[in-house]
Amino acid sequence: MGAAEKPVPGDTLIGKRIAKLDAPDKASGKTRYLHDLEVSGALHAKILRSTQVHARIVSIDTRAARALPGVHAVITAADVPWQRPIGVGKDHLPLKTDRVRSLRDEIAAVAADSEQIAEAALKLIRVQYEPLPVVATPEEALAPGAPLIHPEPRGAGEGPQLKTAGLPVAFAGKPDNIAMTFAYEQGDVAKGEAESDVVIEDVFRLHYVTHCCMGVSGVIAEFDPGGNLLLYSNTQVPFLHKREFAELLGIDPARIRIIQPPIGGGFGSKLDIYPFEPIAIFLAKITRRPVKLVFTREEEFLASPTRQPVLLKLRSGCRKDGTLTFRGVETVHDNGAYTSWGATTPFVMMQTISSLYRVPHCKYFTKAVYTNNPYAGSFRGYGNLQATFAVEAHMDKLAEAVGMDGLAFRLKNAQDPGEVTPQGMHFKTCGFKQCLSTAAARSDFLRKQAENRARWSDPGPVKRGIGIASMLHVGGGAKIYPSDGCGTILKVDDFAHVTLITGASEIGQGSETVLSQLVCEELGLPMSAATVVNNDTDITPWDVGVHASRTTFIAGNSAIGAARKAKAKILAAAASKSGIPEDQLELRGGCIVRKDGGERLFELGKFLRGLHFSDRAELVMTTFYYEPPSKHQDKQFKGDVSAAYAWATQVCEVEVDTQTGIVRLLKVTGAHDVGRVLNRLGIEGQIEGGIVMGQGYALTENLMVEAGVVRNPSFRDYKLVTAPEIPEMDVNFVETMDGEGPQGAKGVGEAPAICIAAAVANAIHNATGKRITALPFTPENVYRALHGAAEPPRWSAAA
Amino acid sequence: MSANCDIAFTLNGVKRELTVPAGMSALEMLRERLGLTGTKYGCGEGECGACTILVDGATLNSCLMFAADCDGRELVTVEGVAASEPGERLRSAFVASGAVQCGFCTPGLMVQAAHLIERHHATDEAAIRRGIEGNLCRCTGYRKIIDAIAAAAVAAKEGADHGRR
Repeated sequence: MGAAEKPVPGDTLIGKRIAKLDAPDKASGKTRYLHDLEVSGALHAKILRSTQVHARIVSIDTRAARALPGVHAVITAADVPWQRPIGVGKDHLPLKTDRVRSLRDEIAAVAADSEQIAEAALKLIRVQYEPLPVVATPEEALAPGAPLIHPEPRGAGEGPQLKTAGLPVAFAGKPDNIAMTFAYEQGDVAKGEAESDVVIEDVFRLHYVTHCCMGVSGVIAEFDPGGNLLLYSNTQVPFLHKREFAELLGIDPARIRIIQPPIGGGFGSKLDIYPFEPIAIFLAKITRRPVKLVFTREEEFLASPTRQPVLLKLRSGCRKDGTLTFRGVETVHDNGAYTSWGATTPFVMMQTISSLYRVPHCKYFTKAVYTNNPYAGSFRGYGNLQATFAVEAHMDKLAEAVGMDGLAFRLKNAQDPGEVTPQGMHFKTCGFKQCLSTAAARSDFLRKQAENRARWSDPGPVKRGIGIASMLHVGGGAKIYPSDGCGTILKVDDFAHVTLITGASEIGQGSETVLSQLVCEELGLPMSAATVVNNDTDITPWDVGVHASRTTFIAGNSAIGAARKAKAKILAAAASKSGIPEDQLELRGGCIVRKDGGERLFELGKFLRGLHFSDRAELVMTTFYYEPPSKHQDKQFKGDVSAAYAWATQVCEVEVDTQTGIVRLLKVTGAHDVGRVLNRLGIEGQIEGGIVMGQGYALTENLMVEAGVVRNPSFRDYKLVTAPEIPEMDVNFVETMDGEGPQGAKGVGEAPAICIAAAVANAIHNATGKRITALPFTPENVYRALHGAAEPPRWSAAA
Repeated sequence: MSANCDIAFTLNGVKRELTVPAGMSALEMLRERLGLTGTKYGCGEGECGACTILVDGATLNSCLMFAADCDGRELVTVEGVAASEPGERLRSAFVASGAVQCGFCTPGLMVQAAHLIERHHATDEAAIRRGIEGNLCRCTGYRKIIDAIAAAAVAAKEGADHGRR
């Protein structure tokens, strides 16, 4: 892999290896993350969490804590009677009132002169609980007579304001333990099954993992004397959260300013409001002091979101010739005690089920079920890892059943460009078949697969396997809000320096670099000419947020739009000054030049200074709002929700030690339809990082939750992949040049993590003949599965 | 409250004298008392490597070291590494190789890498991988970090060879 290139002026920046703009500071220890910010006069806050998984709160005694020197405030729900429910499901209050429903639940909070004093104060708070039966699994939650996780709160019927219809769950309660259901149908699965020559059914179980951002969660809240709130936050959705915080406080959203310091990892974890943020705000409001609240790592494991665990039953069929006929899916999601974005991952799961391959008949039904477990948020891939794991296992099994090789079977059913699927997704560009053939050819998939299989009966304990899996994901935004847009303000100053003010947040993925690149490309400027402002809601224009692999596509198109307007303005002025028509002018190498021949007419900085100082004074400052041409899904979940779709195939090669159950991931060969490579260095980094995150999901990571208790809240016991364990990675790009994409590009952020576990499962089967349908493939689980000591997951009757 | 200790040590080449609580970690001292926020808190129990510093030339998780134990020692943090010539080489290699994404693990890795190159002259892939085993990164998948360290090691070797000639 080569290092970053210094582009020659006038040369294109697209496809080059461009170093990240924020990298020099980060590599020097100069970057100030939220944790590093000192706000003068700030108090330090800590949260008291429940010691019970499920209990009534009988009493809370904070007297001793309040009396501790250095303590400025101790608050419980009683101190903030005006608090409002938060989160996607609006089913919990930041500070819990009458009961706790999981071990993370927030009971009280302290603001003190130092973290140490705040911690000491927590130890002085006495809470009396009355334990309630723990609902540890969705099966238990769905059983007749199961304890309700959200019964009508005590006294809820008393307040007149609580009687209105459509009241949040936190106030009205929930008469059953079902948080959400999703039902999708296309065609007629019974007909599809009748037309099938082969029908198979399996149950898959996907486990808990968590984001493990290297920077723990934190927030700083500060009110000015006028009651305006300044929040230093690592949110991935500043504009949406501005509104939510305003509702929470009952103030005008315009009075909330969110500044986003650099973030120590996001991966979807910061798409929802979690109780710690309102709690810090409450403390700041009550103490009239800035309040800083930062998690410990243990807290991060216990109280930040997880990927959603899923039990999934898949029934599929095909004809003798290998044509897929139907797919029937039922899933049960462990929602945990509260509803965050994890509950809505079926939106993405059903896309993979209905549309990764051509399937005429499809039925999908999901229940997200309340338990007393940690609650699930959004996590890179958003349900797609779970869906792809099941679908790709069946692609292998069906292929085998009809005597086709896995590649030919997939190619036969793979989508083509131009396809509009029964779910309504329109694949204007689709490099799926090239991804399949590229990854298979580069990894020598078919030959190795046959050879590995022939060695099943060899005596040695160590077996080799190769497996293939593919993925479909949104690559042009995802219209889940009324707008999926992003705004840009662009300023070209009198030294031909560009300030790009964008709504899109940098979360380490390199958005500010790629956006600068797109702007500099339009304006014929070097990368050094750009500054990005992207972290202050008082300055930046609106954006939905960093999610759904949308930033390069949506914010990229927005930035290009603003740059084109600036260019038009400059060229119009140059045309009137030079008498050469605009359409014969171009911006190149920091100059205004003739399009043909490149003759330099004006140096851009000098020309702009001339504009500023002339009597027709003019600033080159433009705005642009890009809204993708995608549509909301209808009530049946049908519609073209993204302006473009990304595709990838990954081939994984593994070594399985059948005596120890250890699976080593040796090599990943990937082919990704990314539309077009914009920043080669950046996109390789996204893909390599995604592969290794997928490796962790498949092989090492497992948040062990037993009866609502997280058993391994530390890096010692929660195993992230380390440098010696990473596979060889052969990353290839399929460039389909998407017509709507910025310079032809599509989104890629989530894609590389999605099909690793599925491909590893297929590789383990190729190595050993054993198909394991439950994750993770830790040595113990694999050993048990190989030696008949593990029950395959079963579909529970209650589900 | 806890007893205090008077300590004297060298930090990034400068002599320092400080009174610290007996229970304070070197990490807290660096970040909260001395304002050197380049060294990061990632886990507080020696598992992630984000708080790696050099103590008498060896790398150490500063979260596990008492501030009081810094007495009489020579400490170098990422700020010190970055200001040195090998640190500059490493920084350009990290930047050019794309080894930085969110960047939160990067300071710890810079310190560890500087140590690997200077002390162990590590240039081969296996030694580098093994050498950064204690530094967790959630963004990059490590590939480009390994590439960056290898590139800086080669540059360091070339620099040394050049110096000899």
